[in-house]
Amino acid sequence: MVGALNTRLRQVPAWLIYAGGLTYAGWLFWLGLTGGLGAEPIQALERAYGRAALYLLVAGLAVTPLRTWAGINLLKFRRAIGVTCFFFVLAHLIVWAVLDVQALSRVWADILKRPYITVGMAGFALLLPLAITSNNWSVRKLGAAGWRKLHKLTYGAAVLGAVHYVMLVKGFQIRPLIFLAIVLGLLALRAKWRRWAAARLSA
Amino acid sequence: MAYRWKNTLTRDDATPEAVFMNRRQIIAGLSGAALVGLPDIARAQALEPNSWEDITSYNNYYEFGTRKEDPARNAHMLTTSPWKVRIDGMVDRPGDYDFADIMAKMTIEERIYRLRCVEAWSMVVPWNGFELADLLRMAGVKPQAKYVAFETALRPDEMPGVNSRVLDWPYVEGLRLDEAMHPLTIMATGLYGKDIPNQNGAPMRLVVPWKYGFKSIKSIVRITLTDTQPPTSWNKSNAREYGFYSNVNPNVPHRRWSQDSERVVGGGLFAKRVPTQMFNGYADEVAGLYEGMNLAKFY
Repeated sequence: MVGALNTRLRQVPAWLIYAGGLTYAGWLFWLGLTGGLGAEPIQALERAYGRAALYLLVAGLAVTPLRTWAGINLLKFRRAIGVTCFFFVLAHLIVWAVLDVQALSRVWADILKRPYITVGMAGFALLLPLAITSNNWSVRKLGAAGWRKLHKLTYGAAVLGAVHYVMLVKGFQIRPLIFLAIVLGLLALRAKWRRWAAARLSA
Repeated sequence: MAYRWKNTLTRDDATPEAVFMNRRQIIAGLSGAALVGLPDIARAQALEPNSWEDITSYNNYYEFGTRKEDPARNAHMLTTSPWKVRIDGMVDRPGDYDFADIMAKMTIEERIYRLRCVEAWSMVVPWNGFELADLLRMAGVKPQAKYVAFETALRPDEMPGVNSRVLDWPYVEGLRLDEAMHPLTIMATGLYGKDIPNQNGAPMRLVVPWKYGFKSIKSIVRITLTDTQPPTSWNKSNAREYGFYSNVNPNVPHRRWSQDSERVVGGGLFAKRVPTQMFNGYADEVAGLYEGMNLAKFY
């Protein structure tokens, strides 16, 4: 069953993810231009790009646990998921700075003064080296071990992204908290549970 | 005591887009961009009332969901007729007042007001309604009353949003008595000359144009006159971010964002931000209510 699924998945090209991401981002922008995002499209577009980035962060984090725990191999899509995620984060940031805040001085003031924006920017900063090194040349240059180590920054970025979401809502809202819980859950699945259990047994 | 305030923004006064663009081009041509009073121009642009579509599709009414489009989608479930409003506390004639009876006694007028949300967006809304002062006088305010408390309907069967505890339901708000009696403070029952839609707070909602939008409580079922400051929903939820007064004030930022400018709803994807005005542009009318008060402390 899983073997057949993995065979099928091997036939799906990874570029579909890039194409899908670009199409979705362009479609959202078009909706914003033509009234499809409601009476106030600036924040709607900003939030839609941010939400897409969060979903892709979760998708990227799910690849390893899916392989470890369910045997489903999505490894070949992981780079495309990560790069597309970065693209949405960048789009989110540009819409915020250019269409929403509209002034560089205020952008700086917000990054320094507004904690949820500081947290969001920190997440973006963590993603930056990952986006730059998402190519085969960088993997060779850094060495597989070094590259893997660097790309553990994803964990930090995912937590910061979810916290950014939790911090910006008004009132007690459940959606962002569920999101944070999923991110933390996916990170917890990475812990070396077997080694931990063995250590406890032998102790 | 209707007609105590004359609209400064009227639908006829609204600058048509073409004229406005012309004027801007002419000014820019004459004096160069640096000399153009951009805030004034931006403000002139904001005078135009938003469309019916904007006003009825972009709402914060968390009883029907937290997304802007949720109220328009869900508020049809609310039964608004018959509707009773309990007026109690320090009044001469407490009781359950029928909405239809209230309407028969009140003088309905049009008030075109700016609406500034605490989330830093704004609209211009042509409300129909009556002065709250007239309703309070009908019930007879006792001399010892100092505050007015308001409560929104709480109907879990008709309000899908109240199943999640985003706020401590029912939604409650309050005003100082002098704020409540001010000529600008109205009970809105209509929009563009039609009955107010459910998502905007049917059948009757408060409008206090110099305060952030959340003070203007919707679908009111109870009005209580008291001598102590009543609890208010957002203040209970987060007192550091939302004070009892919540007057629009560009100089006092929200804990999480600046309040010195606002996005104008209806301007599309490239709408210019405009500076937020003290008391939302109603300083001449209401600044006197707060003389000697430290507005950074009483935010």
